[in-house]
Amino acid sequence: MTGFLRRRAVTSLLPLIAVLLGVFFLARLTGDPANLYLPVSATPEQRQNFIEANGLDDSIWVQMWDYLGGVLTLDFGDSLRTGESAAAMALRAFPATLQLAFSTMLIAVVGAVVIGSWAAYRPNSVADRISSFLSMTAASVPDFWFAIVGVWIFAVSLGWLPTSGVTGGMASWVLPVATLVIRPLGVLTQVVRGAMVSALSAPYVRLARSKGAGDLRVVTHHALRNAAAPALTVAGDLMVGLINGAVVVETIFGWPGIGKLMIDSILGRDFAVLQACVLLTAVSIFVLNILIDIGYALLDARVREKVSA
Amino acid sequence: MSALSVQDLTVDIETPNGPLRAVNGVGFEAEQGETLALLGESGCGKSMTAQAIVGLLEPIASVTQGSVTLNGTDLVKASRRKRRQMAGPELAIVFQDALTALNPVYTVGTQLAEPFRIHRRMSAKEARGEAIELMRRVGIPHPDKRVDAFPHQFSGGMRQRLLIAMAVALNPTVLLADEPTTALDVTVQAQIMALLKDLRAEREMAVVLITHDLALVAEEADKVAVMYAGHVVETGPVSEVFGDPGHPYTKGLLDSVPVHVARGEELASIGGTPPDLASIPSGCVYQARCPLARQKCRDERPQLKATQGQRKAACHFTEEV
Ligand SMILES: Nc1ncnc2c1ncn2[C@@H]1O[C@H](COP(=O)(O)OP(=O)(O)OP(=O)(O)O)[C@@H](O)[C@H]1O
Ligand code: SF4
Ligand SMILES: [Mg+2]
Repeated sequence: MTGFLRRRAVTSLLPLIAVLLGVFFLARLTGDPANLYLPVSATPEQRQNFIEANGLDDSIWVQMWDYLGGVLTLDFGDSLRTGESAAAMALRAFPATLQLAFSTMLIAVVGAVVIGSWAAYRPNSVADRISSFLSMTAASVPDFWFAIVGVWIFAVSLGWLPTSGVTGGMASWVLPVATLVIRPLGVLTQVVRGAMVSALSAPYVRLARSKGAGDLRVVTHHALRNAAAPALTVAGDLMVGLINGAVVVETIFGWPGIGKLMIDSILGRDFAVLQACVLLTAVSIFVLNILIDIGYALLDARVREKVSA
Repeated sequence: MSALSVQDLTVDIETPNGPLRAVNGVGFEAEQGETLALLGESGCGKSMTAQAIVGLLEPIASVTQGSVTLNGTDLVKASRRKRRQMAGPELAIVFQDALTALNPVYTVGTQLAEPFRIHRRMSAKEARGEAIELMRRVGIPHPDKRVDAFPHQFSGGMRQRLLIAMAVALNPTVLLADEPTTALDVTVQAQIMALLKDLRAEREMAVVLITHDLALVAEEADKVAVMYAGHVVETGPVSEVFGDPGHPYTKGLLDSVPVHVARGEELASIGGTPPDLASIPSGCVYQARCPLARQKCRDERPQLKATQGQRKAACHFTEEV
């Protein structure tokens, strides 16, 4: 298992390094980094000071070396707007994004398992058709549409919920989570249903019934565990999507997470902060992928064997 | 009283082109401590019959008629709950697809423990002890280590042993074994049959052995019910039926096999093939392949009736066979 994790970490490290270098070269390719890091109104002296302070007159390889060293020590430079360390700002914003993503996924997973299993238990029943229709709709409507309609109805027209921010306690969670959860819930419900339909018709389910296992035991004990792997794959992708897609929903709802910070830094030409945000997101996705692999291995002994072989 | 009595069992399959009758009025009786063989070519409805008895037909198939009496209860009329309570302690089955039937994500110990957990409400620890004991009983080496292994870590023969162990865990009155040796090599087949025989004697079970292997029936069974196109066409003690068949189909089966046939050998075919379920003729189901067929066979379906001794055959001209 540890050997497997080490190997898995190494293979998923490559994309991470690619992101690192990508960010570095992007900053250089789009022109003089001084343009990126400095306000438009910077004077030529400020520019010269900046170039010297950041070694921008060194060769590109020296610069890259310095940059990588900075990344390893979490030193992305300081925010142009606040003067605070960019890494600290990104790390401070990140929990809000994670909280939103995790609560959304929790609701999506629980909902999908319950609705998907229930639909799969009686394929083509009325309940199954209704849930298939709803989940298909949910899976295909874009989040921001729900966000805008939701804000308009519940916050603006009815005034039941705050339009933005986290200050409103529980109420301020409702719209962002509801907006974010719809698509993952729709997608996951369909995946769970499909996987459960095939699990429930597998020979091991009939074997379990021949031993006198009841419906609840068959569904929760025998079928779900087998249906979990495909659901985990998709849940992982959706989770990545939630973290990446935080930009839209956090902006609409003024949610103080990494997505909003990213947008604010782009608008404020705060490149150091943007870079810290991008890398933090990349690292979290890297960690998430490893967690998913651990999940597969925990679910199925055959995976454990294959990876330790 | 017989341990298991099946009467007039009829199973229909729902298809887009209307219902098909896969099992048609099947009846037989299995006695405690004895083996009854259900013999017939592929597709004649043996597995459907077994699945109907245990109440685990595919959703498209359903019992439309008949009764299955076990320890005084008619399983066809029994509630789902009652059937569940009987599944394991009174009635058990080893399915035809046994080798892929174990749940791949649980250890064999967990799966062997399940009957004890469900029906005797044992603790996980106690049930694990029973599982190890069962593994030992069916001849799996190092049961105390292997109990934590997963199904794919066992050979076909060992998996079949595990499934038999699971089926006999709670000493059922009746054990149905659907082609328990078909997927195994010959030496392993003999071991599995020996194990079944031992268990039958030790637990005084009635065994219903489903097979298309004549030699196996001759060696292992006390009674036989020969099936053709969803019907039982002949039944009786194996020695009598095989010694002097009362149905042209049974005779055809026996004639098509060399005198000293090896176990596991396929049935050499009689001319022609069984009728398609969608086009079973009126009159005798065997008429298309029967050398004795004549007008009466096309007009009237023969019923299963007593011939000699304890035998019954469904043929208008049984005395000519
Ligand atoms: N899903 C289905 N749709 C249509 N016909 C089916 C279906 N499943 C089974 N049948 C038919 O039902 C009949 C009985 O099948 P069954 O599995 O009981 O045969 P069997 O005697 O066990 O054969 P085998 O020796 O191959 O296992 C066969 O003729 C088969 O073609
Ligand atoms: S009834 Fe006629 S067709 Fe049928 S088995 Fe007897 S002789 Fe043959
Ligand atoms: Mg079969």
